[in-house]
Amino acid sequence: MPMLPAVEFLVLFPFLMGFIMLFVPKQLTSLRSVVAGIGGFAIMAVSIATAVTVLVSKEGETNAFLEHAALPEIFIIAGELLLFAVVVFLSLKYHKYYCILLGAMGTLPVLWMDLTGRAETEACHLRVDYLSAVMILIVGIVGVLICIYACGYMRDYHEHHDDIPNRSNYFLALLFVFLGAMFGLICSDNLGFIFFFWEITSVCSFLLIGYTRSEEAVNNSFRALWMNLLGGMGFAFGLMYCHLQLGIYTLYDLTKLDPAANEVLLIPVTLFAFAALTKSAQFPFSRWLLGAMVAPTPSSALLHSATMVKIGVYMLLRLSPMLRGNLTGIMISVIGGFTFFAASLLAITVSDGKKVLAYSTISNLGLITACAGTGTPEGMWAATMLILFHAVSKSLLFQTVGDIENCMHSRDIEDMHGLIIKLPKLAFIMIIGICGMFMAPFGMLVSKWAALKSFVDSNSVWLVLFLVFGSGSTLFYWAKWLGSICAVIHQSVDLEDITPRSEYISIIPLTTMIVIMCFAFPWMSNHMVQPVLNEAYHTNIPNVIGGSDVVIMIIMVAMVFLIPIGSRVLALGKTDKMTMSYMAGVNAGDDRHYVDSFGKERALYISNWYMEQIFGEKRLLVPCICISAVIVALMVIIVVGGAWV
Amino acid sequence: MSPWMVVVRVIAYLVLAPVIGGLLAGLDRVISARMQGRQGPPILQPFYDLYKLIIKQTTVVNSIQILFVSAYLIFTIFTGALFFGGGDMLLVFFALSMSEVMLVLAAFSTNGPYSAMGAQRELLQMMCYEPMILLVAIGFYEAGGSFMVGNLAQVSSPAILRIPGMFIGFLFILIIKLRKSPFDMSTSHHAHQEMVKGLTVDLSGNYLALTELAEWYDIVLMLGVVGMFFITSNPLSYLLAVVVCSLVFFLETFIDNIFPRVKVTTMLAVTWGVILVSAGTNLVVLSVLR
Repeated sequence: MPMLPAVEFLVLFPFLMGFIMLFVPKQLTSLRSVVAGIGGFAIMAVSIATAVTVLVSKEGETNAFLEHAALPEIFIIAGELLLFAVVVFLSLKYHKYYCILLGAMGTLPVLWMDLTGRAETEACHLRVDYLSAVMILIVGIVGVLICIYACGYMRDYHEHHDDIPNRSNYFLALLFVFLGAMFGLICSDNLGFIFFFWEITSVCSFLLIGYTRSEEAVNNSFRALWMNLLGGMGFAFGLMYCHLQLGIYTLYDLTKLDPAANEVLLIPVTLFAFAALTKSAQFPFSRWLLGAMVAPTPSSALLHSATMVKIGVYMLLRLSPMLRGNLTGIMISVIGGFTFFAASLLAITVSDGKKVLAYSTISNLGLITACAGTGTPEGMWAATMLILFHAVSKSLLFQTVGDIENCMHSRDIEDMHGLIIKLPKLAFIMIIGICGMFMAPFGMLVSKWAALKSFVDSNSVWLVLFLVFGSGSTLFYWAKWLGSICAVIHQSVDLEDITPRSEYISIIPLTTMIVIMCFAFPWMSNHMVQPVLNEAYHTNIPNVIGGSDVVIMIIMVAMVFLIPIGSRVLALGKTDKMTMSYMAGVNAGDDRHYVDSFGKERALYISNWYMEQIFGEKRLLVPCICISAVIVALMVIIVVGGAWV
Repeated sequence: MSPWMVVVRVIAYLVLAPVIGGLLAGLDRVISARMQGRQGPPILQPFYDLYKLIIKQTTVVNSIQILFVSAYLIFTIFTGALFFGGGDMLLVFFALSMSEVMLVLAAFSTNGPYSAMGAQRELLQMMCYEPMILLVAIGFYEAGGSFMVGNLAQVSSPAILRIPGMFIGFLFILIIKLRKSPFDMSTSHHAHQEMVKGLTVDLSGNYLALTELAEWYDIVLMLGVVGMFFITSNPLSYLLAVVVCSLVFFLETFIDNIFPRVKVTTMLAVTWGVILVSAGTNLVVLSVLR
């Protein structure tokens, strides 16, 4: 298929969709769902077609377009001004003046550069290669499904929360705009374009988080804004250095070079990596992502799985070959490894379902960052695989938690006790999602296996230690959640599953994808990840994952699905007597009440362990932020300062 | 290794492991009894117990329990087969933690207070030993240059010479893995357990027998890992490995009898400390030497 129109459609059509969503009356919810569905599936179809076209093509580097771009340049300058105006207006309105400063420091120099003609307009602007194709698939499938899910969700949301002004058409419009910015970012090669889309996602996420306009939402949204603007500022400095000092105008030209030969190259690389750390919510910038969950669930799902946080790791993957064996790479991987470990400890201590998911996102992104930071092909393989599996599992988990919240008005894990009886369908989906996040033989494990191998091969002792200890705590927090869901409480009442069909349109494909990806990962490795590696390292990288291991992993997957049959065989010819669970003989007729020592009947409550005294947020969060802030500051000062002098 | 050899080994494991595991369990009880100045049961007692459990009528709390317990057994056996068939060590340990999670879920599913408490404790125990188990695989990779057990058995010098710290760390977490005091929190082989039987309290008859069986398979796998530290291409090294395994098993029983049970937080601090000091230092030294 012709590539340029397809890419233009992917970048521009979501913006148009956003415009349309703004003007569909919010009372006509079914009309809105239909419009979003048609538009969404059109985007999905084009993105799949585009990605497949690129992935089957043999030479990925020919897909570069827009050599002369005078017209889009004007749009971009106008767009940057508009974004800056939004930041200034809202910062003034809510008296958060520091955001204006941070915004100005990022935007104004770049504008000056554009307006005075110091920016190169002859270089190529768009480039779609294998990595872009993989990202297009993620955004086009997972992102679009979230937008479709959002239509039904927002209707229910405003039925439950009548205190919040219904601005759902604005919310949906933002989601589509976000998708457009994502496509723009992953298809752009010109650093100026990338910066523009980078800032759109920052401002969009800020607006999404502040959707409810409650005090908490406003505070959290400004926290997200300043952290991302800080990252954007880093990006802008890197961009300016590339333009003015190095004469490099595209990301592709930058990644072609070898920093071992020319040390000043590390300046932009470090600044871009710094920007990536803020976007992927690595420590010390994690708090914006934790605060982001005040917004309605679809925005959390979008920020956490397919879009926002994936931009950071996408950028790191682009830079990954340049990070091998230098201080920036080591620092980035140490921050990643530390984040993986610390966030997994913190995840143990929280009982709010969305918060656990948020910490797990931070933790997983830490692992991806660490992999990308090693700069080895195995590390990049693991990182790409992790991005794929994480996007699908995490968006599914967020959507399910959102539905559970709509059904039982709580998203606390303690209240999900016995979910398998109360809401069997959602519980089953959730179990698949959780297994996809941590358990053998689901995809995450394959990637963790590769990550461990790459850490050992690159001789990174610290990363190995972070990974093994982090794996222990990851296991703990997921398994206790899984346990809560699986608890069978007799005679509990079925809750009404009010999940609308439009949400199942999104949830069922995601669940299916997790299961399919379990079986398909060798194929994915060969046809999606391996080309990315060959392209990034400009040579043929030998297959990362060996043949016999693949067979064993496939056997394990098959066993998971065979065990229900196996348990039937083992139980053959036996008639089991049903009984109540053991309570030292003081059950009061069922297994939910017991008789206390005064002969009174009391309800039984079984809580999970959170170990707040040991790993609590109060104890760990601030030290973690301080330690990592020091590491980040050291990295920027030593590398940038050192190379400058 | 030829494919036939792999099949023979796997079948040998499937048939012999429960026999060896059961005998070891019996031996453990006899040794413990002698240490405490008692006569103790006959060495075949675990087999009698298992037989009795199987012929008794089973009571279950719910049907999901059955599913999880079967999954626990099947995955434990699979894990061992993968190990003795010469498979990838990291995958062995990933599969092992999966089988453990199944047992924990079986306990969670009953919603009984003792089971639930046992399950939480078991999860914490897993969190304690999981790092060490992965580090052992990494240690063997550093020492023998491969994750494949089949290749690791062909090395010229025993792994213990390069990864003694890993060995110490592994012996330490073996206390947890074999459910020995002071770390037998989730469930214990002894009667002095403050939460009745903890993890397995709501299992009975047939399904309790399945967990016993799985535990026997597990003991053999764990001793197999211990043996790997000494095995080389020299056939005589297998003899040495068997001797060391017996000593280790005796040591674990001995520790079981001299230490009182500790609190979970103590366990977490002590285990992670020991792992970090022994295995962590070992890892650092290896990376410097490389």
